Amino acid sequence: MQITHTTTNAIRSHAAATYPEECCGVLLGEFGQSVRVLEAVAADNTSQAHRERRYLIDAPTLFRITKDADRRGLDVVGFYHSHPDHPAQPSQTDLEQATFPTYVYLIQSVLGGAADDLTAWTLAHDRSRFIAEDIQELQNESPTTHGHE
Amino acid sequence: MSTQTNHVQKIKVNIPTALRSFTSNEKSVELAGSTVADVLQHLTDRYPSLRQHLYDGDGNLRSFVSIYLGDEDIRHLDREHTVVSHADELSIVPSIAGGAVVARF
Repeated sequence: MQITHTTTNAIRSHAAATYPEECCGVLLGEFGQSVRVLEAVAADNTSQAHRERRYLIDAPTLFRITKDADRRGLDVVGFYHSHPDHPAQPSQTDLEQATFPTYVYLIQSVLGGAADDLTAWTLAHDRSRFIAEDIQELQNESPTTHGHE
Repeated sequence: MSTQTNHVQKIKVNIPTALRSFTSNEKSVELAGSTVADVLQHLTDRYPSLRQHLYDGDGNLRSFVSIYLGDEDIRHLDREHTVVSHADELSIVPSIAGGAVVARF
């Protein structure tokens, strides 16, 4: 998968800002030969509890972000969240709650409040595991980043 | 007086891009049905590989799958029994969850 440098910076900043809680957001871009991520839309972590180890982007939020993206000719291509003081590896919880194959799941590790590794994953078609994806960082192609409020 | 209508109403189902590899790349599909459950049944009959991503092993919609009728989540209507009519649009919308560590309670 490919992602603009501005977008990875936005994710790192978001993950550091919400530490020790997990951050989360929606990735916008294009599906093609490979997924190209052009923007990150920050979302509130609406998990009711344990936000230091749980995140939730609820359906109304994703419905609205999807419609906004559609109007702009962009697709929802995946999601990101942070793992505060944990490695950037999918957990059993991530696997159990994973949605659909094709989406890219980015995991940003945050150690002691500082952004560390960023990894990318897709769900296997049989839903049994996550498959690691290579990240190719693009120098900027006039992407924008913004919060949802 | 007869109120019978013989035409089969078609409901448009919008497919999220991430699921289009299971719907022959169709962005939306028009299907017959008088309730949300009917329409989804026809959807997964036509595209059987979609079923495992929408339903769990017990045949229930997966917890992260929301179905919208227009701008309204069917959980706020009559869930899968919600009646649909011609020109209605359904959308499949996931909620996204996970986290770093499995809670041990």
